[in-house]
Amino acid sequence: MAWIYFLVVAVFAVLGFYAGRSRAHAFRENGHNLHSLPGYHGYFVILAIIVPMLVLFAIWSTAETRLLETQALHSLPAAFQPTDDLSRATRLREIHNVASGQTFGEVPPEVRSVGEAFAHNLTLSHWAKLVLGMAFGAFGYLWATRRLSPHFRARNTVERAVKLILLACSIVAVLTTVGIVFSVLFETFRFFARVPWWEFLFGFQWSPQTAIRADQVGSSGAFGAVPLFVGTTLIMVIAMCVAGPIGLFSAIYMAEYASPRVRSIAKPVLEVLAGVPTVVFGFFAALTVAPLIRSAGEALGLDVASESALAAGLVMGVMIIPFVSSLSDDVINAVPQSLRDGSYGMGATKSETIKKVVLPAALPGIVSAFMLAISRAVGETMIVVMAAGLSANLTFNPLEAVTTVTVQIKTLLTGDQEFDSAKTLSAFALGFVLFFFTLAMNFVALQVVRRYREQYD
Amino acid sequence: MTDISSPNRVFDVTSDAARARVRKRYRAEARFRAYGIAAIGFAALFLVALITDVVYRAAPAFTTSWLSIEVPATPSDIDPKGDGSVESIASGNFDAPVRARLAELLPGANDRVARRQLNALISSSGTEGFRDQILRDRDLVGKTVNTRVLLSDDADLFVKGQATDVVERAGAGQLTPSGTEGTITLSGAPPLRVSGFASADPSTLVRISGGWVKITGQQDGVLTGDVMMPLRDTAAADWKLVTFETSEGSRRLGDREVVWLQTLTEQGVIERSFNWRFFTNGDSREAELAGILGALSGSLFTMMITLVLCLPTGVAAAIYLQEFAPKNKWTDLIEVNINNLAAVPSIIFGLLGLAVFLNFFGLPRSTPLVGGLVLALLVLPTIIIASRAALAAVPPSIREGALGVGASHQQAIFHHVLPLAMPGILTGTIIGMAHALGETAPLLLIGMVAFIVDVPSGPTDAATALPVQIYLWSDLPEAAFAAKTAAAIIVLLLFLFIMNGLAIFLRRRFERRW
Repeated sequence: MAWIYFLVVAVFAVLGFYAGRSRAHAFRENGHNLHSLPGYHGYFVILAIIVPMLVLFAIWSTAETRLLETQALHSLPAAFQPTDDLSRATRLREIHNVASGQTFGEVPPEVRSVGEAFAHNLTLSHWAKLVLGMAFGAFGYLWATRRLSPHFRARNTVERAVKLILLACSIVAVLTTVGIVFSVLFETFRFFARVPWWEFLFGFQWSPQTAIRADQVGSSGAFGAVPLFVGTTLIMVIAMCVAGPIGLFSAIYMAEYASPRVRSIAKPVLEVLAGVPTVVFGFFAALTVAPLIRSAGEALGLDVASESALAAGLVMGVMIIPFVSSLSDDVINAVPQSLRDGSYGMGATKSETIKKVVLPAALPGIVSAFMLAISRAVGETMIVVMAAGLSANLTFNPLEAVTTVTVQIKTLLTGDQEFDSAKTLSAFALGFVLFFFTLAMNFVALQVVRRYREQYD
Repeated sequence: MTDISSPNRVFDVTSDAARARVRKRYRAEARFRAYGIAAIGFAALFLVALITDVVYRAAPAFTTSWLSIEVPATPSDIDPKGDGSVESIASGNFDAPVRARLAELLPGANDRVARRQLNALISSSGTEGFRDQILRDRDLVGKTVNTRVLLSDDADLFVKGQATDVVERAGAGQLTPSGTEGTITLSGAPPLRVSGFASADPSTLVRISGGWVKITGQQDGVLTGDVMMPLRDTAAADWKLVTFETSEGSRRLGDREVVWLQTLTEQGVIERSFNWRFFTNGDSREAELAGILGALSGSLFTMMITLVLCLPTGVAAAIYLQEFAPKNKWTDLIEVNINNLAAVPSIIFGLLGLAVFLNFFGLPRSTPLVGGLVLALLVLPTIIIASRAALAAVPPSIREGALGVGASHQQAIFHHVLPLAMPGILTGTIIGMAHALGETAPLLLIGMVAFIVDVPSGPTDAATALPVQIYLWSDLPEAAFAAKTAAAIIVLLLFLFIMNGLAIFLRRRFERRW
C-alpha cells in the first residue's frame, strides 16, 4: 500500500510541476514580466502538493495500527479480554496472524472473526488514507495555483522552504542522539525501579536469568555488572597493548621515515585492515587465533580456556591499529617542520628528535587518539561475541573466559524476549553505561586536545 | 652574542668514549627505525594471514560432490498413481530407487543401522535432480537413467580429503579369513605395529578378497576383526593394510561410511563440480544445501533503504551546515552532535532501533526496512562529514562567480558548487555504505538473526544480511559450515573490495585540484 501512496504522490508532483510551470509560461505569453523563473512556480506547486500528502501519510500510518489494535481488542468477547501485558501481546499476535492469513494451531472462532474484522478495517484504513491523501494533494494544488501570479515571489518562497528542509535534515542527527538518550534512559529507569542502581554498578554477581512465573524455581537473577566491566576492561587493555605500540610505531614510521614508495604500500594495507568487517575478525579470532593460543598454552603447560580473553583482545587490538595509526599520523604530520629542523641543528638523530621533540609536541593529539581507540574497543561487539565467552567470571587472568558489556547486551536482546522483564531492561542499562562511557571518552579526548595543544603558527 | 662555551669542559669527539656514545646513538636510531618497520610488518602479516586463512578454509565450499550413477526409474516408486502424469511423478518417491542402487553398489549393508548409515551418505534433497530429470522427460519412466545425486555434507568433506587421510600399504605374505561376513579371524599375519584398537586410535583395516575387515585385536599371528564389506571367499589371499589416520571418535563419519566412500571413489562414480547451489539457495540446516542468496538479497534490500534514506539526508544536512547555517550555539550543538554520533558504538544504534522503530513505531521485526533505517542513522555522520569536506574543497571563486552574475545563494550552491562537490560526496557515500554492508551488531538486536530459508522478495519480508549470515554459520558445529562461513566472508570481502575500488576510481577520475 505504501508504494501505491508514494506512486500517487510522485504522479501528483510531476503533474503539479508542469501545471505550475505552464501557468507561469502563460503569464509570460500574456506580456507580463515574471518575478521568478517559471520553474520556480512549478517547484512551488510541487511543495504545496507533497508536503500535506507526506505529513498526512506519516501521521496516519503511525496512528492507524495502534488505534485499530486497541479497537480490535475492545471488540473481543469478555472471555477473551486480555488481563495483562503478556496475554495482550499473545492476543494481538493471534489477531495479526489471522489478518495476514497465516494461522498456526487452533484459533478460537471469536478471535478469528475479530482478526478478520481487523484485516478488513486495515484495508479500509489504507484506502481512506489514499483517498484523503489525494484530496490533500488536490487541495494543495488548488491553493498553490491560486497564489501564482506574475508578481508572485515563487523563488523566495521555494528557497525558504528548501532551507527549512535542509535544516530539518541536519536536525536528524540531533534527533538520533535524542532518540538514543531517551530510549536508553527510559528503559534504564524502568530497570532501576526493579533493581537498585548501586546493586547494578557495584554488585559482583551477574546471572540475568530471572524467573518468568512467580512459582518458578532456581533463577532469581542477579544484576551486579562489575564482572562485565572487569571483562570489558581486561579485553580493552589487551587490545590497547597491541594497538597502542604497533599503531603508534607505524604512524611514526609512516610520517617520519617512510619513502613515498613505502608509504604508498603501507597506507593501503592499513586502510584495508580498517575496512575488514568486524565479523570477519571475529571468525578469525574464534576459529584460528583462539585454538592457536590454546595449543601454545598447552605446550607451555598453561591451562587456557577455549574462549580466552587473550584471543579476543589480540584480534581486537589488530582491528584498532589502523584507527590509532591514522589519527596519530595526522597529529605527527601537524607538528611544524621547524621544530624538527631545530633539533637536527643541535645534532640530534632522527629518533632522538622524534622522542624528545615531535612526540611531546604531538602528545595531546596522541592521547586523544588513544582515548578514541579505547572507546572503540569498549564498544566493539562482534569480535567479543564470537571469540569471548558468556560466563561472567570476575578475573584479571587473560587466559580465562570473560564476558563483556556488549556481549551481554547482544545475548539479552536476541532470541525470545518479553519486553518487561528485568532481564531485557538490564540490557538497556548496560547500553546506557556504554553510551555514557563513549560520550565521556570523546568529551575528554576533545578537552585534552583543546587544553594542551600548542599553537605553533 | 653570548659566550656559552665553558673552558673547563672540553669535548673530544675523537676520544673512544665519544665514539662509543655516537655508535650507541646510531644503534638506538637503527633500533627505533626497526620498531617502525616491525609494526607495519606485523599489520601486513596479520592481514595476509587473515586472508590466507579465510581463502584456505573457504576452498572446499566452492565445490560439491555428486554420485553419478545409473538408476532404474522404477515406475512403482516414482509414479505412484501409474498414469505418468506430472502430479503423480512430482509426488513420487525418488529416494527408494537411488537407495536400492546404492545398496547394490555397496553390498553388505543388511541390518537397519547399516541401511540408515548408507542412506545418510546422500543429502536429504539429493535426489531432486533425478526428479527434475524425469519431470523434464517423462518417457524415461521405467528405463535406467544416468543421474547425479548430491552427497551429504559429511560424505562431501571426506571426498575433499577433509575427514581423514587414508593410507594403504601392501601386507606381507597371505592371510586366510575364517568367514566372509560378521566377526572373523585372519590367520597367518605378521604382528601389526599399531597404537591400539580403541575408537581414539587411528582405525586399522585389512583389504582382502574384495572386502574390508576392521581389525579389533591381534594375538599370535591371528587378527580378529569385523567385516565392513563382505569378502568373496575364504581362500588365502594377498592383503593390504589400510589406516584411517583420523580416529573414528574424532570424525563424524564412522569407519563403515569411510569404507563405502572409499569404495565408491575407487569405482569412479563420485564426481565434483562447482557449487552453484551456494549462490542460488537460501539458508538451510543441511550444510550441502545452504546458500547465501537469501542473505545477499537481504543485504541488498537493506542497502537500498539505507542509501535512499541517508544520501539525500546526509547531503542536505552537509549543505545546510556548510553553506547556510548561521554561526551560533545551535549550529555548534549540531556539529558536536554529529562528531559524537560518529563515535557511538554500533550496538547502541541497535538499541535505538529496537526501542524506537520496533517497540514504539511497531515496524515489523527482522526486516530489511528496519535494518536499513538503523544503518542509515549509523552512516549518516560519515556521509555528512565527507560531504562537508567535499563542499569545503570547492573554491570560493566558483560560488562568488555565480553570485556575481546574479544567481541567488541557493542557485549558486545547487547549480555550481554541488555538482563540483559530487564526486567527493559519492566517494564518501560509497565508503559509508561499505561500512554499513559489513555492520553486524545493530542488525542482531532488531531480529535479523532469525533462521530464514526463504529468499526475501521485498524490504518488508523477514530476512537476514550477509554479515549476520556469517555470524550465524560460524556458530554451527558442523565442519562443512565453517567452510561455508569462510566462503560467505569471501563474497562479503569481494563486495567491499568492489565498493572501495569504485570509490578510489571515482576519486582518481573526478578529483580536481584547484
